[in-house]
Amino acid sequence: MDKKLRKSEKILDAALMLFSTQGFYATTIPDIAKAMGMSVGNIYNYFSSKELLAKEIIKYSSDILGAEIRKVNEEEVSAKEKIRKIVALYFEMATLKPQHINYFLRVYLANKEVFKEGCEGMLCVSSFVTELMIFFEEGVAKGELRNQDFFSAFGLFMGYLGGFVFLSGEGVLGKALSAYVDEISLNIYNALKQQ
Amino acid sequence: MSHKSSIIWLQGLTCNGNSHSFLNYAHMPSFAASFEMLYHPLWCGAEDFMSLLNSDVTFDFLILEGALSHDERLIQRFNLPFYEILDTLAVRAKHIICAGSCASFGGVFRLRNPEKITGALFSGKEKGGYWLEKNNVINISGCPIHPRWLVETLLALHNGEKVLLDEFLRPKEVFSYLAHHGCLRNEYFEWKVDSKQLGEREGCLFYEHGCLGPMSHANCNKILWNDVSSKTRAGSPCLGCTEFDFPRRALYETQKNMSLPQTPFGISKRAYYTLAGVAKSFKIERLEKKLIDEDN
Repeated sequence: MDKKLRKSEKILDAALMLFSTQGFYATTIPDIAKAMGMSVGNIYNYFSSKELLAKEIIKYSSDILGAEIRKVNEEEVSAKEKIRKIVALYFEMATLKPQHINYFLRVYLANKEVFKEGCEGMLCVSSFVTELMIFFEEGVAKGELRNQDFFSAFGLFMGYLGGFVFLSGEGVLGKALSAYVDEISLNIYNALKQQ
Repeated sequence: MSHKSSIIWLQGLTCNGNSHSFLNYAHMPSFAASFEMLYHPLWCGAEDFMSLLNSDVTFDFLILEGALSHDERLIQRFNLPFYEILDTLAVRAKHIICAGSCASFGGVFRLRNPEKITGALFSGKEKGGYWLEKNNVINISGCPIHPRWLVETLLALHNGEKVLLDEFLRPKEVFSYLAHHGCLRNEYFEWKVDSKQLGEREGCLFYEHGCLGPMSHANCNKILWNDVSSKTRAGSPCLGCTEFDFPRRALYETQKNMSLPQTPFGISKRAYYTLAGVAKSFKIERLEKKLIDEDN
């Protein structure tokens, strides 16, 4: 990776951390520059606007999560086991690197006006959504999952996980996220399995 | 006068569709200049079939139309078990050409009894049909075949040219293309704009109407039918009639898993879903409109 690309990624990381904790509007480019120890002008050499930076971050996070799900997709295990692995890695990410999922829930979904142009439809989250498509399609093809509308299944799976991470972030859960992996995986499997 | 190649055309279990298609060949006089039809069930031939069968005459092409079976209860011709006729003629033919998907893979008849009814060398996609092996068979699949697929293959062999074949023994000249190639609806396919109903000019038939053009090997949209059109040009889906699994069930419906269609031939799911998802994220107004606005 060349130097400029490495620097870009560091800016993405720093901005992701600030956006996901303080919010998109409360975070300024000078805040990001300060966190990076860079000049404001130099940040603009990498990203021409705060909105553009926000769009690059959602793609960046989606790529990271997508790459993890891809590893699960490439394993020779049952759909039931894959569901457990996806739930586990999602919760692990929410615990160890909560900025990614918080960014998705608290910045991307909550400020759609920022993403309207450039992130139409699934454009900026496609690397993650594509892996879920492959997971669902193969589950049906192998007779393990019930054939249904993609979004019915997608909403059930990701809405459940996103909502749960949100509850965890609100501090209302009695236990750590990892303690819920088995139960939630089973619920999702039971809802999606071939009857 | 140059040498003519001789043909015997034999029908197994068939609807006659390939014969009818062949009879639509637009340049029959030029065909007749190079070929002599010793026997065809629908033609008034010069030769009496039984004397042909009982002779030891060798000939250039045995064209098989229809699915085949060794079971004489399923198929007889001239009060003889079909296998006796086929086995007698096959050894005297220089080339055996399977005309159509039934003779190639078993087709619709095979669905009735896959154990007993097959193509010449294949049963569906599996090797081993009427014969286990034979090195002079060419499959020209299709339901029906395009007359040019047959005539041009025959001409190439008549002229001593080598005919390159794919893994299903089909001439690559025809079957290395996909029905998708040359389809006038490609732009709608690229941007994932569905056709609203059969027969309209606009939209792609892949997402709802069962079109198998992107995974079916044939040059239909390159050479066209009757020199003018094709299924997809006329607003009807490609039914995949050249493939080993033809006919599938529910031909006019796209089979989907969780709303996701089968991906085009040789394209990975990851590549296809990514691109399709990106394309679907945009609404292209021009492609949503009628091609010809008849109200103005």
